[in-house]
Amino acid sequence: MDPIPFARAQFAITTVYHFFFVPLTLGLSVMVALMETIYVRTGRLIYKEMAKFWGKLLVINFAMGVVTGIVQEFQFGMNWSEYSRFVGDIFGAPLAIEALLAFFLESTFLGIWIFGWDRLSKGLHALAMWMVAIGSNVSALWILVANSFMQQPVGYTIRNGRAEMTDFFALVLNPNVQVQFPHTVLAGFTTAAFFVMGVSAYHLLRKQHVEFFRRSFQMGAIIGAFAIVLVGLSGHSQAQEMVRSQPMKMAAAEALWYTENPASFSILTIGDLAQRRDVFSIRIPRLLSLLAYNQLSGEVKGIHDLQAEYVQKYGEGNYIPPVAVTYWTFRIMVGSGILLGLLGLYAVFVVMGDVYDTRRFVWRLFPYAIALPYIANTSGWLMTELGRVPWVVYGVMKIDEAISPTVSGGMVLFTFLAFTLLYAALMGATIYLLRKYALAGPPIAQDGEQGAESSLAVVPQPAQD
Amino acid sequence: MDLNTLWFILIAVLYIGFFVLEGFDFGVGMLLPFLSRHADAEKQDRLRRTIINTIGPHWDANEVWLLTAGGATFAAFPHWYATLFSGFYLALFLLLAALIVRGVAFEFRSKDENPKWRKLWDGCIFVGSAIPALLLGVAFANLVRGVPIDSKMHYVGTFFDLLNPYSIVAGLATLLTFALYGAIFLALKTKGEVMERAKEAARRLWMPTFGVTLLLLIMTYFYTDILARLGVNPGFIPIGGAVAFLLSYYFIRRGHMGWAFILVAIAIAFALLSEFMILFPRVMVSSLNPEWSLTIYNASSSPYTLRVMTIVAVIFVPIVLAYQGWSYWVFRKRISGAPEELTY
Repeated sequence: MDPIPFARAQFAITTVYHFFFVPLTLGLSVMVALMETIYVRTGRLIYKEMAKFWGKLLVINFAMGVVTGIVQEFQFGMNWSEYSRFVGDIFGAPLAIEALLAFFLESTFLGIWIFGWDRLSKGLHALAMWMVAIGSNVSALWILVANSFMQQPVGYTIRNGRAEMTDFFALVLNPNVQVQFPHTVLAGFTTAAFFVMGVSAYHLLRKQHVEFFRRSFQMGAIIGAFAIVLVGLSGHSQAQEMVRSQPMKMAAAEALWYTENPASFSILTIGDLAQRRDVFSIRIPRLLSLLAYNQLSGEVKGIHDLQAEYVQKYGEGNYIPPVAVTYWTFRIMVGSGILLGLLGLYAVFVVMGDVYDTRRFVWRLFPYAIALPYIANTSGWLMTELGRVPWVVYGVMKIDEAISPTVSGGMVLFTFLAFTLLYAALMGATIYLLRKYALAGPPIAQDGEQGAESSLAVVPQPAQD
Repeated sequence: MDLNTLWFILIAVLYIGFFVLEGFDFGVGMLLPFLSRHADAEKQDRLRRTIINTIGPHWDANEVWLLTAGGATFAAFPHWYATLFSGFYLALFLLLAALIVRGVAFEFRSKDENPKWRKLWDGCIFVGSAIPALLLGVAFANLVRGVPIDSKMHYVGTFFDLLNPYSIVAGLATLLTFALYGAIFLALKTKGEVMERAKEAARRLWMPTFGVTLLLLIMTYFYTDILARLGVNPGFIPIGGAVAFLLSYYFIRRGHMGWAFILVAIAIAFALLSEFMILFPRVMVSSLNPEWSLTIYNASSSPYTLRVMTIVAVIFVPIVLAYQGWSYWVFRKRISGAPEELTY
């Protein structure tokens, strides 16, 4: 039994699960740190309660991020040992640095934060959450340094039959890192902001804890509106980088079969994948050139021309990624992003106009919109990774050369199924708890319009359950 | 000293740190069902929460020592990383699955009142602590005993090649040692009933741990090439470890758990240190041909990568040690089990 399909499926499923939890942590840790900092600076108890409430959801989510991340540290060795041997000189370094700089920081300080409410000064306790926030975002940087090498290998040479690092700073300053890191982190901020807004809108619609969730929504709206705009802009630079460094991925993402100049942008393409041609297509002239180069003309290479070029360069083979998946995941990501942008605009309108008691249809969408960033995050990564096919390291090593030669298909199939089922069960438990605590609201009395603080002061803290 | 040697030492330090830190929290997890027996449901839950809360702030950061050791192995000795983890495939899978359910269990078990929910996660904590405690011994015994590795650095054995009398005894030794170590830790970190129960457990566990460890020592002479060759003569270190372990008995009997804890920690650290010294300069021994063993030279990264990683490690390892040490200082007080003290 060929292990490659199972190994690929395993990497996909473990990574998708992992990245289901990571983005919320990236943004929510910063938001909780902000809430607690406001509490420390102003002494307003409602912000302490906010930090506790959102912090609890963060902690539940964080646990799954951690445990699904454990597998990531080891599965390159398990399923992709030839890959590990070939690029370990380069790829291992950011992974080790990530563990040393980020994992220790976030895990140590999250422990301190969870258990340290009564043991640390207020300022120090807030600082602990900042350390968690820094740790998780630094972690994103180093794992993206590693991933960027796969997308766009730099700072290396082939020596002794393997890739060896020649320039550490080139690796860290990889042009791909410079666009991918902001895009990913901002997507995390967007995820957290819409999570906070969605949960807040749910309670505001039911007129529960109005003051508490009004302030939460406010913070979510401000961060979310900025983040979603910046996600778009950084995504735009990322696409431009992709045209330069991975033109085949861009061509597949656009279902652009033949080179065009000026190039048109596909709104909707129904393609014949066997013949690799369009059946039906709506395209906007010149728009792809505009997106790629910020000007109305410019050549964007097509799939067939790139295939011919790659055969010349790398020898016989199929260099075309799965076009339909790349094309549709790209559209799902961008489409979700546009919807989020519109919702972000509406959120700003709600905050500016102070109309949290609206019953409008759009307002009622916010709880459901929590799903949108998750859809965008997942499809974005699927596009990034599947668009790289057949390469594991773009232009350097192919996927089928990377597999562990000594691990049988049956073994990989077994661990694939086991991880999938295990993660599914744990994901169920996580969503159950997130839902339970999000819907329960903060453990404080219903606040009146003026008395949020005073009502907090007289309600004894319920014991933890 | 060349950088290859330095990185061998650093990875040894990371694994020693992992054993010394996570060792007791594996022990605490394994003791969870035993130290909460003979109590009605409500009291049992309180005992369990007290037990779990002793390691609540620490278990995750302790586990990062393993992740960092894995990452450092990848960066400094990619062939070691590739051969070890593709070779010990199913064992590693079991280890990872155990760590996954264990981590989630700590975080989730007290977040719902349902007794079935709590029982399920308590089971995960026990299994998720016992399996790694056993497998770590099995894995480290196999590193030094030797496993079938061919001339291309490929592991050509099966899962069952990893299970041999020597490695199983080693697995039992780590299992029991961690349980003992966890009992001592609990006795140090709690008051009242949990403390009494933990002390009793430590007293009962010492003798079997001693017996199995002694057996492991004797078997080491027969199952490894320790008599034919020594990487670096470990000198007094194994003896020091043995003495520390023997002395711990005295302090456990007298109820001086602080000293007992330090001595068992030293025994664990010295045992692992001895193993690494015997192994050096090899990192995985081939049982097929000594020439095919992986060493710090044939398995390593380029000098450039080792240099970069050395600079990173020199700067950040002390910082990590400082704040992790500080976190133990913050939570130095004993836990009585009063509801307001319990977070998990």
